[in-house]
Amino acid sequence: MHDDGPNAAGLKRDERRERLALLGLSAPALLLVFVTMVLPVGWLFALSFLADDATFSLEHYRRMLEQPSYGRTFVTTFKVSVFTTALCIGLGYPLAYALSQMSRRAAGLCLIAVLLPFWTSLLVRTYAWLVLLQRKGLINEWGIGLGWWDEPLALVHNLTGTLIGMVHIMLPFLVLPLLAAMRSIDADLLKAAANLGASPARAFRTVFLPLSLPGLLAGTLIVFILCLGFYVTPAVLGGGKVIMVSNHIANDIELFFNWGAASALGVVLLVLTLALLWAATRLLRLEQVLGGSHR
Amino acid sequence: MSWLDRAASDTQVTHRQRLWLYALAALVLAFLALPTLIVIPMSFSGSQYLEFPPREWSLRWYRNYLGSSSWMQATATSFQAGALTMLVATPLGTLAAYGLFASHLRAARWLHTLMLTPIIVPVILVAIGVFYVYVKIRLVNSLAGIVLAHSMLALPLVMLVVGSALKSFDMNQEMVARSLGASRARAFWTVTLPQIRFSLVSAALLSFLTSFDEVILALFIAGGNNSTLTRNMFNALRDQIDPTIAAISTLMIVVTTLGLLLAQFYGRKRD
Repeated sequence: MHDDGPNAAGLKRDERRERLALLGLSAPALLLVFVTMVLPVGWLFALSFLADDATFSLEHYRRMLEQPSYGRTFVTTFKVSVFTTALCIGLGYPLAYALSQMSRRAAGLCLIAVLLPFWTSLLVRTYAWLVLLQRKGLINEWGIGLGWWDEPLALVHNLTGTLIGMVHIMLPFLVLPLLAAMRSIDADLLKAAANLGASPARAFRTVFLPLSLPGLLAGTLIVFILCLGFYVTPAVLGGGKVIMVSNHIANDIELFFNWGAASALGVVLLVLTLALLWAATRLLRLEQVLGGSHR
Repeated sequence: MSWLDRAASDTQVTHRQRLWLYALAALVLAFLALPTLIVIPMSFSGSQYLEFPPREWSLRWYRNYLGSSSWMQATATSFQAGALTMLVATPLGTLAAYGLFASHLRAARWLHTLMLTPIIVPVILVAIGVFYVYVKIRLVNSLAGIVLAHSMLALPLVMLVVGSALKSFDMNQEMVARSLGASRARAFWTVTLPQIRFSLVSAALLSFLTSFDEVILALFIAGGNNSTLTRNMFNALRDQIDPTIAAISTLMIVVTTLGLLLAQFYGRKRD
């Protein structure tokens, strides 16, 4: 490299040119992302700052603070996301732990059960829950038939139904990165802990648990971030009673044609999502967070 | 000593002490897998009402589905949109993944991150934004509009799959081809591409499924004669529960499972 021959400058120029040409290969994809995402989202961003007479105004953001319906939407979104995430941790951690302790072959078989819903259409699963949970649904029929309860329980078209559906959808997003993290824990560390006199519970608490936390954190963050943007599940299983930010945005467009209000709400949702994601990348690598969703 | 009293872990916990964990894990697995599967027997029920297991079996919901022109139209649109999305997203994503991977420029990292953003930006925001832009350029309710938007959603998946294949590919092979006189394009076409072809098939199938399963964008930009299966299903679910949906759901389970098994198969295959 340091032995600059007479052609060094020319070669360098050629290499630079080739690298730019290679970069140019991404132009069609870039154009597509620009036209169908950057431009539309940018447009909405601009709309959110415009009043009806097309002058700059913060009225759409001010309305969010003044109208109680927006406050309720944010509270609902936050509540649903926190509950879903907590339930996912509660159900997902033991499952991932059990899977991590099995042989690869047995765990592989069980993983099919995790991946099956992961890849089944959202609507199919939502329909399945409607069938199971509605007033005359299977769970109520069975429960009353077995004498466990007398009146049909309101399991769907409310918060309960929404949470059940969302946990069902989000659970794999937590289990998969968590399982990967648990599998990478060196088993010798636990043997060493036992050898040094730790009880199984203590070895778990002081060795295994802390080492599994990065995976748990990655899963928790991706679950929480994805929960914020949910639309279909609250719309169907919430029966119009659980209004999350995405549903509120759709209502603003479909019922009130209020583009400014919808845009402002969308911008807030996007900023919130990106802020959480940014915080996540401070703690973890971006690929780790994104990769978890497509394993 | 029975199996139950044998050590289950490195810290000598026995299987007996772990039974609660196994039971809990089994329950969670059942919660994950069973609700989806229940749709399949329901779709063969002969009754208007929900019973499980169905008292009589019939194909009436499938006949209902096959006899409905609106469901048939939606099915055709969904398959067309999926196939076209596959044809747009796979080459675009592959070119981008390859270009960004091989250029080694700092800008490449930025562009890579930009092209992964469709995974993260809330879909509702993209949906109303695309709807707004499509109204202006008259692409609302058109197949082309659906395909473009779905391709954008599929692009990050293609880039992740192809990108990871390229990472495990030895780029020196291209250098060898070029030192023997091949152009960069020819080296890519004859040396690199054949070796990442299984990942390409896998990426293509995933793009198909991305489009086939997409709901929210379709709700806003796929109306009229170009309504998709998912859009019709969403609207049907909001009104009342028609067992025809069970038949359609079963069909969708078959399509996604098949697509995914193939994607897995090709994704793992290396020669």
